[in-house]
Amino acid sequence: MNEANLNINLHYVTRVEGHGNIIVNAKNGKIEKVQWQVPEAPRFFEAMVIGQKWDVIHHITSRICGICSIGHTLASLKATESAMGIEISEQTYNLRRLAIHAENLQSHMLHIGYLVLPDLLGVGSVVPLASSHPKELQTVIRLHRLANEMSDLICGRTTHPQRLIPGGFTRIPTKGELLNLREKLLTSEADINSLIKLLKTLVIKLPAFTRETEYVGLTNDKEYALYDGDLASTDGGREPVENYLSWTNEYCVSHSTAKYTKRKRDSLMVGALARFNLNHKQLREKALKTAADLGLVAPCYNPYMNTVAQFVECVHSLEESISIIDAILKVGLKDEKPQVKLKAGRGIGAVEVPRGILIHDYTYDSNGICIKSNCIIPTNQNHSNIQKDMEAFVPTIISKPQNEIELLLEMLVRAYDPCISCSTHMLKVEFI
Amino acid sequence: MTKPKIAFFDFASCEGDQLQIANLEEKLIELLDHVEVVSFREVMKEHSNNYDIAFIEGSCTRASDEERLKKIRSNAKIVVALGACATIGGINSLKNSRPIDEIRKEVYGERAEWYETYEARPIDAVIPVDYKLHGCPIRKEEFLDLCKALLTGQKYNPPNYPVCVECKLAENVCVFEKQMTCVGPITRAGCGACCITQGAVCWGCRGILDKPNITAHKEVLDKYGLTVDEIKNKFNLYFTWQGVAK
Repeated sequence: MNEANLNINLHYVTRVEGHGNIIVNAKNGKIEKVQWQVPEAPRFFEAMVIGQKWDVIHHITSRICGICSIGHTLASLKATESAMGIEISEQTYNLRRLAIHAENLQSHMLHIGYLVLPDLLGVGSVVPLASSHPKELQTVIRLHRLANEMSDLICGRTTHPQRLIPGGFTRIPTKGELLNLREKLLTSEADINSLIKLLKTLVIKLPAFTRETEYVGLTNDKEYALYDGDLASTDGGREPVENYLSWTNEYCVSHSTAKYTKRKRDSLMVGALARFNLNHKQLREKALKTAADLGLVAPCYNPYMNTVAQFVECVHSLEESISIIDAILKVGLKDEKPQVKLKAGRGIGAVEVPRGILIHDYTYDSNGICIKSNCIIPTNQNHSNIQKDMEAFVPTIISKPQNEIELLLEMLVRAYDPCISCSTHMLKVEFI
Repeated sequence: MTKPKIAFFDFASCEGDQLQIANLEEKLIELLDHVEVVSFREVMKEHSNNYDIAFIEGSCTRASDEERLKKIRSNAKIVVALGACATIGGINSLKNSRPIDEIRKEVYGERAEWYETYEARPIDAVIPVDYKLHGCPIRKEEFLDLCKALLTGQKYNPPNYPVCVECKLAENVCVFEKQMTCVGPITRAGCGACCITQGAVCWGCRGILDKPNITAHKEVLDKYGLTVDEIKNKFNLYFTWQGVAK
């Protein structure tokens, strides 16, 4: 018999990017309210880009997010290039793929090592790990730093990149720098292996909650899609990104400053787990083996396993980056000057960023001034799914002590690795 | 000696400045030998209102956030504004150039009234600020410099000369020579001209100098046959709030 009285009001979930609240009320075992709230201050990026010139748009929109500023820059550049019919070279394409792997690694290591690991090791934050688990923390730090060095080398800066511009790069790394990076990626294998060992002992601590939902991600025939692809769903369907509005269907809710999205069901999930469920067959062999070792099997309906999927992607990104460097060096580096001819038009750019599909959509006039814009942020696509997960999960754990329920729900939100400040920096939605 | 207690807070921002602090990696752990972090929502669960130094990232963009800022001010002995959004209004203040109601409707449609907002402003437009760490994002090394100064009871003074000085030291070709435009001549230095070194331009993220040499900047524009209007969009990126304030 369950007589639980619950009054959970987690005002600002910690160890996530941005501000989110968890509210759960129950009286005599009867659940009265379960709510995921987003009170983050809205920033109105759409208003900021209107009237701005094509060559500063990516600079402005990269500021939507500090953690995935490279992804925002790339989505922005792809949209501008598509609007103006700007072609990029094979070298630019490959360097951008490296950039996106660098960001994925950086963001995933930050999430796995600094934000989730404390839960799995039973401490309140990464700070006590310095004395309780110094070796493990050093391993995480080394991998995180390597990802940052990689971002620096390719993009000119880890946060808010400078080298990426419409049509290409202002500056490219030298052959020596790329070879040096290649060497570091190779030697990082020992660190990755020791993390695989550690995570093997810890995955059992992840709650066994499952709720089947729709998983959406980019997909392409060439590779595990990050830089490019069509929209695809585990519910079936594959369409070019130009059709994104019928996949996102944004709507407002009063308890959140972030917009929510849905496709055919009430909610959907994007991010590493969605990508894994959709495209796992295209992962590198070592990444696939890591997934199997850590008990991640597609289709996986446990949102807590998103963190494991992120780690599997790290293994993939390290190997894939080495191949990309080899491909670049095989052809040889060339200094290229991006060519841009202004043209009026609309362009849509989509990339997979650490937390899922990111879409930028701009319309330019013939002087290259932005007159309309829209942006779909991954975390917005996940907000409804977080809510639905909580609604399904709370009844199954209602008899546990309140502090345990709080922790489990916090861990659930954290598993999504939400980028809440991103998600309230929404641009406009155009229903055409 | 007891360790000074420090706390981190954020308002409307991308949290990229706090990320630079995480990016200090081992150095951050060394810093923890000298300070006690009592609140840092982004990385820790624990929270306390008892702190000596508050670092605040982000702009204030709604009246309802002012109370939280005032509480932080009354709890802290020293308040440091962290990054362009907090020091000069940053990219957020771009939205100030258009009527608030218009942009609210544009972004949130018929639901506009649900979303409170006013002109984005730097932290010192709401509460007194003791120190400003400029940049978008801040330089992590400068954050350490500031911490060292505060821990040894010294004042911290950011440079008050233009980015051009550091750009010359970095031996960059002047942006104007490359047929691009730049606001380096009137922007506060401290960044080592990092963006220009990477092939971009100075965007002005550290804000306008205390006493900018406007005449010199106009001379540069004249020399390259440019008018203020032609580079106005670059002025607006980071200078909207300061421009209004001056």
